[in-house]
Amino acid sequence: MSTAREEILRRVRRATRDVPEGERPEDVAVERGYRKEDDAPREEVVARFAERVAEYKAEVRRVKEADLPEAIGENLKERAIERLIVPPGLPEEWLPGGVEVLRDDEERRLTNEELDRSDGALTGCSLGIAQTGTIVLDAGEAQGRRALTLLPDYHLCVVREDQVVGLVPEAFARLEETVKGEGRAVTFISGPSATSDIELNRVEGVHGPRTLEVLISG
Amino acid sequence: MTLQRSPDAFSADAGKTPTFEQSAKVSLADTQLRRNLGKATQTIRAKRAAAVEEMPDWERLREAGRALKERVTRHLDEYLLRLEESVTRAGGHVHWARDAEESNRIIAGIAKAHDAEEVVKVKSIATDETKLNEYLEGEGITAHETDLAELIIQLAGETSSHILVPAIHKNRAEIRELFKEKLGARGLSDDPSDLTNAARLYLREKFLKAKVGISGANFAVAETGTVCVVESEGNGRMCTTLPPVLVTLMGIEKVIPAWRDYEVFMQLLPRSSTAERMNPYTSFWTGVSRESGDGPNEFHLVLLDNGRTGVLADERGRQALSCIRCSACLNVCPVYERTGGHAYNSVYPGPIGAILTPQLVGIGKPGPDSLPYASSLCGACYEVCPVKINIPEVLIHLRGRVTRHKQDGGGLKGRLDPENAAMKTMARVFSDRKLYEGAQKAARVGQWPLARDGAIGRLPGRLAGWTESRDLKAIPKQTFREWWKARNGSPENGSA
Repeated sequence: MSTAREEILRRVRRATRDVPEGERPEDVAVERGYRKEDDAPREEVVARFAERVAEYKAEVRRVKEADLPEAIGENLKERAIERLIVPPGLPEEWLPGGVEVLRDDEERRLTNEELDRSDGALTGCSLGIAQTGTIVLDAGEAQGRRALTLLPDYHLCVVREDQVVGLVPEAFARLEETVKGEGRAVTFISGPSATSDIELNRVEGVHGPRTLEVLISG
Repeated sequence: MTLQRSPDAFSADAGKTPTFEQSAKVSLADTQLRRNLGKATQTIRAKRAAAVEEMPDWERLREAGRALKERVTRHLDEYLLRLEESVTRAGGHVHWARDAEESNRIIAGIAKAHDAEEVVKVKSIATDETKLNEYLEGEGITAHETDLAELIIQLAGETSSHILVPAIHKNRAEIRELFKEKLGARGLSDDPSDLTNAARLYLREKFLKAKVGISGANFAVAETGTVCVVESEGNGRMCTTLPPVLVTLMGIEKVIPAWRDYEVFMQLLPRSSTAERMNPYTSFWTGVSRESGDGPNEFHLVLLDNGRTGVLADERGRQALSCIRCSACLNVCPVYERTGGHAYNSVYPGPIGAILTPQLVGIGKPGPDSLPYASSLCGACYEVCPVKINIPEVLIHLRGRVTRHKQDGGGLKGRLDPENAAMKTMARVFSDRKLYEGAQKAARVGQWPLARDGAIGRLPGRLAGWTESRDLKAIPKQTFREWWKARNGSPENGSA
């Protein structure tokens, strides 16, 4: 095949001649002595998640599952969202009246321009990570394609309490199947986009949604 | 508009790169730069310490990170083949590039195949190393940098001065003037949020129009083919999601074994880099997802050598390939804090740059060869490195390599080099007792025009550097051996 490939591999092998012939990658010991699971009580883990998401300047509210539709309606009203992007698989009862719903589905995918002109997106998520206040999207149910939560200026994300894990390793363990199976894209979101490029002053909202709001339901 | 730019270690005229000492003098005279840098490095340092403090298992994570990187470097051929297989299986295309030229040709070829006259780019040091933007320009393709800081320096025609905060040397007033002139933004204040919004509006249009996106990679998993870009602004998400074609350039050392290994690096990198628990956005993608219409429908991964296998061949120096580009070592370095990144004349500045640059471009170029000396060997870089690269050890090792290269490889010029000649003479004198004692006597006599009250305040000629900021103790009237002999008779008969 390509000569570049053969040559680079040859160079690599020559450069690592000091590695004993029979050594396999697994023979190089990797001590994984770090924490794998958070043993704190559930309520503490969820509370920490809420607290740390809020520290990123994202608005966070905890609501009872039954009150979720009402809470969604309140958030959207407060932000004056009129044209709302909705991914496939989002529970119908979450949708409030009075907004124009733009559905993205297989038969009719919204164009980037339509997404750009909308006011916001409402989604669920795959996971929440308490340790870092991170929301994980994996393009699955109620989340949709990555562009849906990227082009609109506002993102309202619903996280169920049972989706919150304690530590970062727990999240990667849970995502393993999705990645290895369907190979879906995974996005970690920790607060709204931000930059500190000008004199190290933090500015929230550069290219992604400038406003991120999170409802934790349980 | 283009500022005068001295050649850097990766440009075609790399042999003409100034030495660190020469460039540091220029940087040190820039008071604005020093003020910005001082503020920046101190702020990030304190924040990083707090972010790390929160982690009871930090040292164990560092050790795991180090070991994983060691595993990869020792078996790089195998992991690269696995990565190629995984990416291909997931619908991506893998290209191999021996050097910058080959990599540029591949990427320009992909852009041309899609009739792209413009491409959007998310910050990638690898593409700075290969000078991709200049190459594309020569091929009639405009590359738009989309990272705010990269956009600023691209518009200013400058180069980055920090891995993470490339425009750290520019203040808000300068940026406002630049945006007014280049983006035609009117009525702009110098408020950072106003400036940021101007960039958002300007770039949004580029993202929506671009046919080809270009990115670097923080990591790529051999087992699954999952590539990852860690960022803050969302331009990385834009570039890797919106354009129908995505090209990712990564150094061959960026491969990690398994998906689960992200659990180590995604804890180490954000805290070491921006001192956050987690950076705002991280994108992980595995090939292409054509059916769901999520992201590009064509993905190319370019694996770049460009000197990395040369680094790999040095058993002591190869640990530099473990670097995850967090920039923690820059922020703690007392030398970097004062000179800034430009003095290193390389896309890799700071302590890590001082060990990476000369190895990547090869020993024997005056500029890069001077970098291992740009350190007081205080060890702060080693202490903060999230993958435990022993930078001071490699610095000393490289000083040795630079010196040996001057001695052995320098030919006639090397033999005539005054430092080499002096060292050779000294080695002879120190190995022979008679010569040594003779030299002591000669020095005692020879120093009289220089010594005052037991000290030498100024050495002549090329030795003057030693006494620039300190005195040299004069050679005493009597050596220890002479004193011992006078006291006890012959030293051989002395009762010791």
